[in-house]
Amino acid sequence: MLTILFDGIAYGMLLFVMAAGLAVTLGLMNFVNLAHGAFAMAGGYATVVLMTRFGVPFLACLPLAFLFSAALGLVFERTLYVRMYERSHLDQVLFSIGLVFMAIAAADYLMGSSQQNIQLPSYLQGRITVAGVGIGVYRLFLVVICGLMALGLQLILARTRFGSQLRAAVDDRRVARGLGIPVGTVFAITFAFGSGLAGLGGALSAEIVGLDPGFPLKFMLYFLIVVTVGGTSSLTGPLLAALLLGVADVMGKYLVPQLGAFIIYAMMLAVLMIRPQGLFARGR
Amino acid sequence: MTSRFAFSRRAAIALGGALVLAGSPALAQETVKIGLILPMTGPSASTGRQVEAAAKLYIAEKGATVAGKKIELIVKDDTGTPDVTRRIAQELLVNDKVSVLAGFGLTPLAFAAAPLATQSKTPMVVMAAATSSITEQSPYIVRTSFTLPQVTIGIADWASKNGVKKAMSLVTDYGPGIDAEKTFKERLTAAGGEVIGEVRVPLRNPDFAPFLQRVSDAKPDALFVFVPSGFGSQFMKQFVERGLDKSGVRLIATGDVTDDDQVDSMGDVALGTVTSHHYSANHNSPENKAFVAAFTKAANMRPNFMAMGGWDGMNLIYEALKKTNGSTDGTALLEAMKGMSWTSPRGPISIDPKTRDIVQNVYVRKVERVDGQLYNVEFSTFEAVADPVKAAK
Amino acid sequence: MLTSVPPETRETSAPAAFLNAKAAWRWPEYLFWLSAFALILLLPNRHLLMNEIAILGLFALSLDLILGYAGIVSLGHAAFFGVGAYAAGLLTKYGVTEPVTGLLISGALAGAAGFLASFMILRGTDLTRLMVTLGVALIFHEIANRLDWITGGTDGLLGVAPSAILGRFEFDFTGRTAYVYSLSVTFLLFLAARRIVNSPFGLSLKALKDNRLRAATIGIAPNRRLIAIYTLAAVYAGMAGALLTQTTQFVSLEVLDFSRSADALLVLVIGGSGYLYGGLIGAIAFKLMKDTLSAMTPAYWIFWMGFILVILVLIGRDRLVAGIARPFAPLLRLIGGRRP
Repeated sequence: MLTILFDGIAYGMLLFVMAAGLAVTLGLMNFVNLAHGAFAMAGGYATVVLMTRFGVPFLACLPLAFLFSAALGLVFERTLYVRMYERSHLDQVLFSIGLVFMAIAAADYLMGSSQQNIQLPSYLQGRITVAGVGIGVYRLFLVVICGLMALGLQLILARTRFGSQLRAAVDDRRVARGLGIPVGTVFAITFAFGSGLAGLGGALSAEIVGLDPGFPLKFMLYFLIVVTVGGTSSLTGPLLAALLLGVADVMGKYLVPQLGAFIIYAMMLAVLMIRPQGLFARGR
Repeated sequence: MTSRFAFSRRAAIALGGALVLAGSPALAQETVKIGLILPMTGPSASTGRQVEAAAKLYIAEKGATVAGKKIELIVKDDTGTPDVTRRIAQELLVNDKVSVLAGFGLTPLAFAAAPLATQSKTPMVVMAAATSSITEQSPYIVRTSFTLPQVTIGIADWASKNGVKKAMSLVTDYGPGIDAEKTFKERLTAAGGEVIGEVRVPLRNPDFAPFLQRVSDAKPDALFVFVPSGFGSQFMKQFVERGLDKSGVRLIATGDVTDDDQVDSMGDVALGTVTSHHYSANHNSPENKAFVAAFTKAANMRPNFMAMGGWDGMNLIYEALKKTNGSTDGTALLEAMKGMSWTSPRGPISIDPKTRDIVQNVYVRKVERVDGQLYNVEFSTFEAVADPVKAAK
Repeated sequence: MLTSVPPETRETSAPAAFLNAKAAWRWPEYLFWLSAFALILLLPNRHLLMNEIAILGLFALSLDLILGYAGIVSLGHAAFFGVGAYAAGLLTKYGVTEPVTGLLISGALAGAAGFLASFMILRGTDLTRLMVTLGVALIFHEIANRLDWITGGTDGLLGVAPSAILGRFEFDFTGRTAYVYSLSVTFLLFLAARRIVNSPFGLSLKALKDNRLRAATIGIAPNRRLIAIYTLAAVYAGMAGALLTQTTQFVSLEVLDFSRSADALLVLVIGGSGYLYGGLIGAIAFKLMKDTLSAMTPAYWIFWMGFILVILVLIGRDRLVAGIARPFAPLLRLIGGRRP
């Protein structure tokens, strides 16, 4: 039973890593970026290529996946996304779906349509028993990495100068510009950072959920659910939401497998009915 | 005023678009057209790629002329959506006047097109979809892939002979999965074994953890698994991650799980897995060696059982045309196909004249390292297996 | 709803004249429908594709009713399309084989589902609505998947064999009956929609969309109107779904797929929203594009679809908001230029 609880937490953490980047772009920059999964996929493929073709060890691939997606994000932000900030949400949805289509076809063309696999180093495989509870080593690794990341993100946003500049730029672009905040640069960095997080999420999740060109669409729904349920005004919200959904989903499938995917969807609807701003939003 | 102007522009656009619809239906008398409908995009795209590559390779190797007729292959993408499959099939029949429909990557796609084959009396060669009941949907359907019950028999019998008494099954929750689950239970129970638990995993399922935990709780002798190809490696990794391999649960599966397309990249976790299937790229015969070499060269990937279905489907169409001396009459072609038998790269196969389904050897295999790569190595054969569901009727 | 406008305003001539002027038919509209019907004879070998276009057009029209006239962004409109499709399939399978009867009942059932769902979209921001509508569609998808003993689950519903329309017109193999049937239904429903959006009710919706607060202060009750239009849109979507079932004689889970909702939205963006023809024109452009591209490159056409979308959004901003597909015209002319 505790094992399944732990699995739920690990799954929730995984959802969080993948969605954290979206929480940054959607939550902080108020941009509906459905192409988020495409950046995650880019990170995943970068890892696969680095590991299988160049023999780079897995742990070294993680930061590289982050950088690769971040660079990709930066390029796209400067050339395309920057034109979309002032648009309606609907335009943003369509624009980013268009990007998703292109990403899917491009990945298919470059990498082939079948599933890609990565080989974990042996020290991340297998499982250990802690106080009678069996825990998968890789899942433990996920929980630790994601926990650290969540903490780090929160610190950056709340404590650093950059964080306050970003929050100011989001709240009122014109006033922020008037105060001498380089809004364009702040947004570009934030977007690149968000994409980088997505790439890291993609690299970490390939082991558990697999990686193929359909990835951006397959997991788009999960990202969105986490972010909307968590609320878009902080990062703690999505984190708690991801954990809640992860645990509920895994426990639900374990205890009442007949219900299947109902639990996660029903929870989302219930939360949005009761609190349209998200579960943990304080409201702006 | 502006809105009026704008509207006339829109109308002009619409009209221009409408005129484009007037395609030119070119009709050539001496060509035989084969409509190959496959999912080339979307979640099942890899199925489409394998079948298409094999079909094209077949034409390249055997020449594009049969019985004095030129063969023209028309490949269409149905995106894995049944209503699109149906529309494309209907258009191919009405506009392109195809003589044979082929392809069909998934069960519902074959179901959607089946009534058209009956109405137009056109042979429909199912090259991939594997639910047993497909061939019953139209008297014009012939299958060159396999059925899930057919390949499940092999592993179920192997399990009961090798001391599996209490087993569990884990299948993907859709037609083929349920077919596999049922067959496995029947065969194992008939041989004196017992299925102590059945788990069905949703088709869109990112994480196997909760389902595997149920298996781990029940501690069966063996776990029988069917998941569609592509999910196999994820499953395998999580099976090992949970320590199930060490706790004495033997993993047995249909060959979809250790799909040739995937098995090499799964790594050591796959080693030793016993599966049963109708085709392995490692099958030891001169026909297969030639096929694998040519396919790998042409398509730059290892052929899997989907490619095999495409290859034999094309062979069936070619041989039927030879038999009818190039006549493209649907009923004549169908009659020519019934009862046809030949040696395929996968081994000896034939088309059962009664059920129009494929009869073939089912091999029990084990994942081993051969020349540095992982392969399914065959070690035991069940000869000339027919689909057991239809045989029982 | 119409009664909410006091009777004396109707008698004063200025508003009445305004409404009449708005509702008057213009020549391109005649041209549009005449050519649509003329295609029955002109293009006998593309009836199947045109049937799909008519159905997609009706589905997009239904989305336009809520998006273009009430400002509700939905990513889950396929929920009602699916209800209609399954209702029509099951009705046909279990006795009600006459298509028009089936169509009406399916529309009503989808409308009932829409009515119930409408209470969920009254609150929240665009993003919340996007997710709520999406969630509803996902749940419907899951329900249809789970109830496999009636819906056929992932394998699809077999044995849907509708009889002749009104007892007279059999569905034929070339798809001619199917196209005539779908086009006629789409046309009739379009006429009804045209009346509704040009009525005082339609105007009040537009007022709500533009500024909800202001509309409320002049006495327009928002919620009742939103519920009414959402239900109506669901009826339309359900009928589009029923048409698909009856003309393809098969129902599968894909009728509830996310991509179907997304397609409708894409169609509206291509055609422009808020003037009713957007869905129809968009459907023509979208399907032709998809058909042409996927004939050219069966495996990678989706890349070019995405490319066109991105370009469309990047360039078409202001004009799209105004509901004009002008940036798209050169592209269409390009395709049009390749005709024989």
